[in-house]
Amino acid sequence: MAQIIKLKDKNTDFLEKITELSGEQITLCEQCGTCSAGCPFVSEMDINPSQIMRLVMLGQESVMDSKTMWLCASCFTCTVRCPRKLDLSKVSEALRQVKLRGAIDEIDIKEISDEEALKLPTIAVVGSFRKFTG
Amino acid sequence: MKTGIYLCQCGGNISNTVDLNSVTEHIKKNDENILVKINSHMCSGAGQKLIIDDIKKNGLEKVVVASCSPHFHEKTFRSTLKKAGLNPYVLEIANLREHCSWIHKDIPEIATEKAKDIVDAALAKAELNYPLEEKKMQLGNEILVIGGGIAGIQTSLDLADSGKKVTLVEKLPTIGGNMAILTKTFPTEDCAACILSPKMAAILDHPNITLYTNSEIEDIVGHRLHFEARVKKHPRYIKDTVNMDLCLSCNKCTEVCPVTQPNYWEQGIINREAIYIPAPHAIPFKYLIDAENCLHFRDNSCKKCAEVCPQNVIDFEQKEEIINVAVDSVVVATGYDIFDAREKSVFGYGKYENVVTAMEMERIVDHIVEAEPPRKVGKRVAFVQCVGSRDEQVGNEYCSRVCCMYSVKLASLLKQAKPETDIYIFYTDLRAFGKGYEEYYKRSQKMGIKFIRGKPSHFTEDKETKQVIITVEDTLSRNIIETEFDLVVLANGLVLSKSSDIVADSLKLAKSDDGFFKEAHPKYKPVDTLVEGVFLAGTAQGPKDIPDTVAQASAAAARVIATLAQKEVPLDPILAFVHQEICDGCEKCLEMCPPKAISMNADGKAAVNEALCLGCGSCIESCPIEALDLNYYTNKQLYAEIEAVLKFKKENEKRILVFADDNTTYRLIDACGVRKMKYTDCIRVLRIPSGSRVTPNLLQFAFAKGADAVFIGDSPEKSSRFEWANNVTNKNLEVVKKKLKELNIESERLVFSQFTAADMMKFITEIDQLADKIDKMDPITDELKKQLLPNKEIKE
Repeated sequence: MAQIIKLKDKNTDFLEKITELSGEQITLCEQCGTCSAGCPFVSEMDINPSQIMRLVMLGQESVMDSKTMWLCASCFTCTVRCPRKLDLSKVSEALRQVKLRGAIDEIDIKEISDEEALKLPTIAVVGSFRKFTG
Repeated sequence: MKTGIYLCQCGGNISNTVDLNSVTEHIKKNDENILVKINSHMCSGAGQKLIIDDIKKNGLEKVVVASCSPHFHEKTFRSTLKKAGLNPYVLEIANLREHCSWIHKDIPEIATEKAKDIVDAALAKAELNYPLEEKKMQLGNEILVIGGGIAGIQTSLDLADSGKKVTLVEKLPTIGGNMAILTKTFPTEDCAACILSPKMAAILDHPNITLYTNSEIEDIVGHRLHFEARVKKHPRYIKDTVNMDLCLSCNKCTEVCPVTQPNYWEQGIINREAIYIPAPHAIPFKYLIDAENCLHFRDNSCKKCAEVCPQNVIDFEQKEEIINVAVDSVVVATGYDIFDAREKSVFGYGKYENVVTAMEMERIVDHIVEAEPPRKVGKRVAFVQCVGSRDEQVGNEYCSRVCCMYSVKLASLLKQAKPETDIYIFYTDLRAFGKGYEEYYKRSQKMGIKFIRGKPSHFTEDKETKQVIITVEDTLSRNIIETEFDLVVLANGLVLSKSSDIVADSLKLAKSDDGFFKEAHPKYKPVDTLVEGVFLAGTAQGPKDIPDTVAQASAAAARVIATLAQKEVPLDPILAFVHQEICDGCEKCLEMCPPKAISMNADGKAAVNEALCLGCGSCIESCPIEALDLNYYTNKQLYAEIEAVLKFKKENEKRILVFADDNTTYRLIDACGVRKMKYTDCIRVLRIPSGSRVTPNLLQFAFAKGADAVFIGDSPEKSSRFEWANNVTNKNLEVVKKKLKELNIESERLVFSQFTAADMMKFITEIDQLADKIDKMDPITDELKKQLLPNKEIKE
């Protein structure tokens, strides 16, 4: 079922926020799909990189719930191929920033049992707390 | 009474600051024979009548108008003089408004003293002004068309039909250009060769067209409605077959030739021999030998063609020929090259054997209906759009305009010939903008060709099957497609042809950001260039399809005809000339003139070609005996101006003498005046055509006569009409700086700076800093000034 989008000032606000944080002019995206096709993680993503650009342009804050920005490895494949020279890894970073500034903890240290804590590689623990806590 | 000076109040703009009565007294004190008049508005009818009456009644021979900048009313007053029967070039303008009253509003006494200096300099120069003849350049009927593609062909035919004499130069051995390689054309699907061949043949048969194929432009000189080109005609190694009876085209030579090379006109799909006729529709239909690959030229091991030729027309000794052409107009129709797909390495062109360019596909499709086509296409074929266009990663931002349609065409032709082929076109935006194009696009969809909206990210090759795997997002369904294709066609974009470089460099043609030649105005001068008499036709100006190219080519022909219909054009008389009685024929000046306007005449003396000279004055420095000179800015005049403008400098005063090039710096100083900006009152500005006009002698003379600093302003090399001038200026500066150092004089007193039209603040900052600097220096002693006087006598 098609979702009906109402284009309001709020939508532009979201676009402008991401534009400012990333430093990338998102309205420049011509939706050619080069980024998605070249992305090594695209098969794991729920929303393709090019579609993220589209949804941000439309001001759809629902992209914040997507896995895509967390899967972006900043490998820059999209960046070096984008015919408009957009840096999508910066857009991913901007989206992550917005999420992180929301101070939402995705993991709770108390929920990790001692047993689990011993098994987890240290780097994964540090990484998770950096990425998944506010 | 011979000289009259008119002091304009400019409705108070000048007289509210400058005391014109005091200026009048000053002039009268120096020479009471000078006629001085003050008027409120010299540019008005009444003001001009004053001059006309004085010329007629009092027999004035020289006129000075002390008013606004010459860039406002020099033309007005020149025509005033003309009306009164005086030569317009005996007029001199003293710029009292922009360079004085508007700048020094709050220091009227000092402004008045400065005005006196300005007037003195103008009077000194006016005394030496002499009538200049405004010569007319006769326009002829000769046109050079560069490039024998469809654009050059159409322009040449239109011009030749209207009675013009055309020289058409083509670098390849046949005319026809890129169009001669195409199979059929969109959207009508008529065969390119069939519609092109009659026009190509007409070129050869036309009595008004001289065709040079296998020939390149080596150099073109000229800047305005007179051009001299040097054409290098490469040898074909076939005895001249203007008389076609010589070579019988019997093909015996190619039959024995052991060399095989890819044929350019088949895009390498089919080979040719080292001796060959480029294409079946080649014009001229003549053999040539590809010397690079011929065994005879490589190691002298083969002469088979010469042995079998029944007519004995093969001539290995043939040499290249240089042909000089003088023309009134040039049409640049140098066309395009296709984007080199190797630059886009993710697509593997040149590495994967089943990735081809669209140009190669033109030939593949052309042969596909043959029983044994030279190149098969397989079951599944993909076209990939925007290769090298709309891609900032390769530096091409523009759309090449034709690729969407030629891919639709090639796909359609293939589908019609091989209906079983599964064809996909990967595009970002499909642009079917021309007449009948949208309908053609729809027809291809009706045939079952599938259009997928997505730009492939990269290709890989199946090592065994050699199929090409394309990875692309279908941006409409958001699925990633990863599929093998038997053949992938790259829709290469268009770039300006490499061979255009020599034309661009020698004619000084500007290019747009996209790298193609820039038209004089994108809307209403689409085929003109900024060089008068040079026009653009076809894709040299930007990517376009055949209908647009032909229309533009005819437009270029029409513009040439309209331009040459003037029959004659006035020549600016402010050009270099040679004092024939002084010139000793040393030839030093010859290499100093980049437009190549100076040559030696029959008497062994230098002479200036007025159609080629630009009047920059760069050459003058090269003449050790000041035999070279420039009208309106002669050595004598400049010496007199320098002396006069510094004559009444008081002991405690400092002076910066500014030599301002007329095109940029002089106007920039005007602009400072218009904005009532303030800067040091110690400067005196002299107008020159370019900084290079100020020879070391003149610079030294300025210091010798009391200048504490000399400032030369010119435009930067890139935007200058005389791109060589700044080099000369710098050289002149070095000579003088060395001399200053020898005498222990601060070399910072001599400054050369470059300005664009909007650099007002830069000018003011630099000039004020220089004024501060000389304030802190001790004055140059009279003893040193004497040593600075140029050591040769100033020629009277």
